[in-house]
Amino acid sequence: MKDFLLNLLQNEILVYSMMAIVPLVWVIPFALFAVWWERKISAHMQDRLGPMRTGWHGATQTIADILKLIMKEDIIPAAADSKLFKLAPYVVFGGAYAAYAVVPFSAAYVGSEINVGLFYFISISSVVVVGLLMAGWASNNKWSLYGALRSAAQIVSYEIPVALAILAVVMVVGTFDLQGINQAQSGMFWHWFVFQKFPFLFFALIIYFTASLAEVNRTPFDIPEAESELVGGYHTEYGGMRFALLFLSEYSNMFAVSAIATTLFLGGWNSPFGNFLSGPWWGVFWFLSKGMAFIFVQMWLRWTLPRLRVDQLMYVGWKVLIPFSFVLILGVGVWMLAVQ
Amino acid sequence: MDVTVAVHKEGLLADVDAGRKPVTIPGLGRALRAEEMVINMGPQHPSTHGVLRLELIVDGEIVVDVIPHIGYLHRCFEKHCEHMSNYQQVVPYVDRLDYVAAMSNEFGYAIAVEKLLKIQVPERVEHIRVIMAEFSRIVSHLIAIGTYGLDMGAFTPFLYCMRDREHILDIIEETCGARLLYNYMWVGGLSHDVKPNFQEKTRAFCKYFRPKIAELNELLSYNKIFIERTAGVGILPPEVAINYGASGPVLRGSGVKWDLRKNDPYSIYNRFAFEIPVGKGIKGEVGDCWDRYMVRVHEMEQSVNIIEQAVEQLPAGDVQSAIPKRIRPEAGEVYVRTETPKGELGFYVVSDGTQSPYRVKVRPPCFVNLSAVPAICRGSMIADVVAILGSIDIVLGEIDR
Repeated sequence: MKDFLLNLLQNEILVYSMMAIVPLVWVIPFALFAVWWERKISAHMQDRLGPMRTGWHGATQTIADILKLIMKEDIIPAAADSKLFKLAPYVVFGGAYAAYAVVPFSAAYVGSEINVGLFYFISISSVVVVGLLMAGWASNNKWSLYGALRSAAQIVSYEIPVALAILAVVMVVGTFDLQGINQAQSGMFWHWFVFQKFPFLFFALIIYFTASLAEVNRTPFDIPEAESELVGGYHTEYGGMRFALLFLSEYSNMFAVSAIATTLFLGGWNSPFGNFLSGPWWGVFWFLSKGMAFIFVQMWLRWTLPRLRVDQLMYVGWKVLIPFSFVLILGVGVWMLAVQ
Repeated sequence: MDVTVAVHKEGLLADVDAGRKPVTIPGLGRALRAEEMVINMGPQHPSTHGVLRLELIVDGEIVVDVIPHIGYLHRCFEKHCEHMSNYQQVVPYVDRLDYVAAMSNEFGYAIAVEKLLKIQVPERVEHIRVIMAEFSRIVSHLIAIGTYGLDMGAFTPFLYCMRDREHILDIIEETCGARLLYNYMWVGGLSHDVKPNFQEKTRAFCKYFRPKIAELNELLSYNKIFIERTAGVGILPPEVAINYGASGPVLRGSGVKWDLRKNDPYSIYNRFAFEIPVGKGIKGEVGDCWDRYMVRVHEMEQSVNIIEQAVEQLPAGDVQSAIPKRIRPEAGEVYVRTETPKGELGFYVVSDGTQSPYRVKVRPPCFVNLSAVPAICRGSMIADVVAILGSIDIVLGEIDR
């Protein structure tokens, strides 16, 4: 896509700006849809109807919500550190959005084709922590501070199992480039890595998915914003558009981790049926559908499970997921040596 | 849990450095240590179940002490009663004590005044009262269980509980027109007789509800994460529970088999066969949050048993035949205690021979149960305070009155 645009426009700056905006074309409609979808899923799981008044089955509910949030008064608490308070949502969203630079939406499109894309993803997702800490600290609210510190501890801890699970795949495929990983899984669906080196990479998916739930603060690991304990966590003091931005980054993060899970384990933009229904545009379709399937599981878990306590969360991270991912890496390594 | 707090110089560092005298925290009896922090939980906190304020002294995530502050919902109930023009007018106010189980409150007050008047109510009234009180117990426990799920972060069980509660509220609404605050049990009788299809609907409800308890157990009670969060947390040993005067599911959760429906039977409870569930410490230790929670689940099953028996025996008759034309008890006093969903609700009513009560004193179960919270919470984590408070199941309408 990059080469095509360069030929067409003959202007590098314009082309790179366009490339950077493409994920936004997906992220914003996705967030609008996912918020509505989550409300509908939760409602149907709970024997309710959910939003019904705005449009067909409340389809434009999120747009109405956004309009409301835009029109709200912009409140900054008197005792807050107003500069940090204003900056934090942008840092959080910036970190969340920057991850999309390496998300391969299709064989024809990836924002930046760097050969260490996975490394980039792992490191850029930590930038969000800085924003959350800023938000929690600047609010000058003890509950927000708790939320921020919890999320910092949580995201940093769970980055390790995420990285180790990713490493298992990298060992098999031998590259950090996400497009390369996609190409390695082409063919029918049993070529997907989730079915390779069975059951090691299948467990890698489980570990990655569990840890990624913690990274994006979803139930049962939604401890940083546990509303029954910490009121609202780091965004207790936020309202209006700033809150909407924090919310948007949460949803875009959800999709980012799902996209990586899709790429690593479910063949990314590959069609499940080999060359049938395959191509750049079908690639986008398969990629987004697989990502949405993960999103659905995240929502399903959220409306089913209770929340862990903060010490239990650390227990699961350090004493369960990390040792198991080491065993996994060892298993994959032994398998590969044995095959050679 | 044993907490070892590193001993720093007494007082906040800023205070000490500036040469100020450290401020003593009332209720804690000392100044804060350097690593401690005061944090207010409530009165506008989602998990304090109303307008309760807990002043938490925390060291990081660990709670050093809890100081409950109450009174945000004080409505001068007891003083109000003395200024009513008659005994009957107190009933709507009694509803507002434990507003999620209003029938149980009315039941206690009606029995107290009837005892003062020395009147006997008809059999039909007794049966309907028992059915309604047990309905109230199920409603109250459903809310307790549902909101406990919310406290633990599980949203869905709450909605399931509300759905089942709706069936009971429908039956009650059909009977007396109200869904929350009923003014149904009058002194000497009832405001309305039940509708002709009452028995049929109640039987249908009992048949519907039993499988729903099993469903709830599957979804919440035996959920691994839920057990992790509640088992072994907030242990209230039986001796401590008795010393604090706890009652209801809080006392029974600690393994003490004490239920006024059996131990000091009132109305016609001695005619029904039912069990008293107690905490056995299956998942953790006796008296932990899970035990208190599970006692409520089992009590709902027993309430269904009682309702079924009472509906089968429901005699015919006039529910208003014993209502006195004028309520004017002789001078005297009476104390009546009943087993409400929250525990032992006592009414101490003094009559001076006039038409309005001289004094109405309430012994609220939630108030007494709440007093045990600081003792259980010390040394637990912030998330556990939420778990403990939810398992005590308080209603601020009754605590503050």
